[in-house]
Amino acid sequence: MSEDRDRQQGDRQEGVESPSALRHQRPPVLEPGYTFGSVTDKISAITLTSRTPRGWFIGFGIAFLLTMVLLAAIAYLLAVGVGIWGIHIPVAWGFAIINFVWWIGIGHAGTLISAILLLMRQQWRTSINRFAEAMTLFAVACAGLFPLLHLGRPWYFYWMFPYPNTLDLWPQFRSPLIWDFFAVLTYGTVSLLFWYIGLIPDFATLRDRSQSRFGRAIYGFLSMGWRGAARHWQRYEMAYLIMAGLATPLVVSVHTIVSLDFAIALLPGWHTTIFPPYFVAGAIYSGFAMVLTISIPVRAYYHLEDFITLRHLRNIALILLATGLIVGYGYLMETFFAFYSGNPFEISTYKDRMFGHYAPIYWLLIACNVLTPQALWFNRVRSSVPLLFVISLIVNVGMWSERYIIVVTSLYRDYLPAMWQPYTGTIWDWATFIGTLGLFAALLFLFLRFVPMISIFEMRELVSETEGEGGHD
Amino acid sequence: MRSSTSPAQAPIYGLLAAFDTPEALLVAVRRTREAGYEHMEAYTPFPVEGLAEAMGFRRTRVPLVVLIGGIVGGLGGFFLQYWINVIHYPLNVGGRPLYSWPAFIPVTFELTILIAALAAILGMLALNGLPMPYHPLFNVPQFEGVTRDGFFLCIESVDAKFDRAETRQFLETLTQQEVFDVEF
Repeated sequence: MSEDRDRQQGDRQEGVESPSALRHQRPPVLEPGYTFGSVTDKISAITLTSRTPRGWFIGFGIAFLLTMVLLAAIAYLLAVGVGIWGIHIPVAWGFAIINFVWWIGIGHAGTLISAILLLMRQQWRTSINRFAEAMTLFAVACAGLFPLLHLGRPWYFYWMFPYPNTLDLWPQFRSPLIWDFFAVLTYGTVSLLFWYIGLIPDFATLRDRSQSRFGRAIYGFLSMGWRGAARHWQRYEMAYLIMAGLATPLVVSVHTIVSLDFAIALLPGWHTTIFPPYFVAGAIYSGFAMVLTISIPVRAYYHLEDFITLRHLRNIALILLATGLIVGYGYLMETFFAFYSGNPFEISTYKDRMFGHYAPIYWLLIACNVLTPQALWFNRVRSSVPLLFVISLIVNVGMWSERYIIVVTSLYRDYLPAMWQPYTGTIWDWATFIGTLGLFAALLFLFLRFVPMISIFEMRELVSETEGEGGHD
Repeated sequence: MRSSTSPAQAPIYGLLAAFDTPEALLVAVRRTREAGYEHMEAYTPFPVEGLAEAMGFRRTRVPLVVLIGGIVGGLGGFFLQYWINVIHYPLNVGGRPLYSWPAFIPVTFELTILIAALAAILGMLALNGLPMPYHPLFNVPQFEGVTRDGFFLCIESVDAKFDRAETRQFLETLTQQEVFDVEF
């Protein structure tokens, strides 16, 4: 990578401001002129202000209504059963698994930003890691709902957990579905812990700056009495680094295991070895698209352009382009090996994907996931915030369609033609899916209001580092 | 009890000196060590490289705790599955061997990460003595700057060399800012 050279260039050219020149160099990760105090005040003010902006109420209100739709859909599901969904035999998986894979994939970008970019010492992660991690957490929460609801009797979900019981039953550890349970459980727990320890010093900042008694009590409780001792920082940084080291293989393993749910089965279109790597790439791809979808409106609304600069958006766009190419390669190889295998069932599944009942969705996914990101080769596109926002939405749609094609087309035409039956989601399928979008948004709104959305102490560190660079060279 | 500097009064936790920059604090910590003080702690709004080392704090035991957690998680996870699927609840699926260890690897891996991560967080908090709702330092109102832009050095009264007047004088040579008494 030419990262070092680029960074040096970026430093040298700092302060040049003409827009045409800007396009060909790297904007800084933090606009100059900030001090420890001013970064702290600017970020904590968003949380500590006593007046909640009207836009927040409108956004949260819509999200809350959609969450109520989710609750209604779940209540009806618990009362009547999974028959309200479009699933049948042979398509027993349907929306629940599509949404599960989509949501959990979105979560992966948060871990990638917070863990892998930390290990690679990428300074630009600092101002986006906090809300990317929050996004991970909420996406995993939405993802986790679906397999549970799909169980049919969700109130027995704990049977998947190995615990001594009077039935004398134990889980079957040779089943990928149990692997999945452990992967998602670990992923959710580690993401929560990682997010929380990142927050401890910032909760202490809020504790010391909050004007209300209630705020001081709550943030004081959450900060655990953090007082910034040097020995504490030493252990803290070590633990944080180790967590990043643990989260990195974890994030790869989670989507690998999700893909094994498919790949271990013998169905044509699922039983392929390319699934793990291409699922992981797809997960990162969709996750980074979601980071753009969220960060662009947030940075505009809260005026955080100095912290989340064009540099961040461009870097995300580059990752989107790279992972998009890997995903495209995955589609190509998947199709190639279906035909190369000479297996008539595989060949027929892939022909059906391209020209059969679901062909429009297949070509939609190719257009969204393979063709659209090619626009990111152009610097002009990467530097245009509205275009990036549109592309991120298109990629989100494309990745959902991809999971739709994978889940549905392999199932609806299996080995026995007598069983063939097309599949469509019912209104309850859509209500549940849209409801989780609402839940996700509602949690994000609460997060933006009550928790510092940018890591304050890491921004202070960034201020000291960027100062240092200017001073020494 | 208000803070004042007259000698005949209740014992204090220590003396706290404020600094403007991390560099000034680092220099002060080195000087304090050279002057022979052992019990001190520096407080900063973000991790400052080399500060803990300058106080003579070399190694944290966090990595060891994580290693133990990982080993416990990995071995425990594997043998949990072995005991369940081979010994306690053997289930014949298509005549495949009961001890099919490759199928146990994903869960073993996940549990290794899970227990190691829990060990990292809980170990870090335990070694740091957190949560600690009360600490004498919070009695100094100016100390709240430590979560914004304040850098502090505290020499604790348990130090053998600690003398209220002398140590205060010594700290005043190190900083242009104020030196505070930290009451219990």
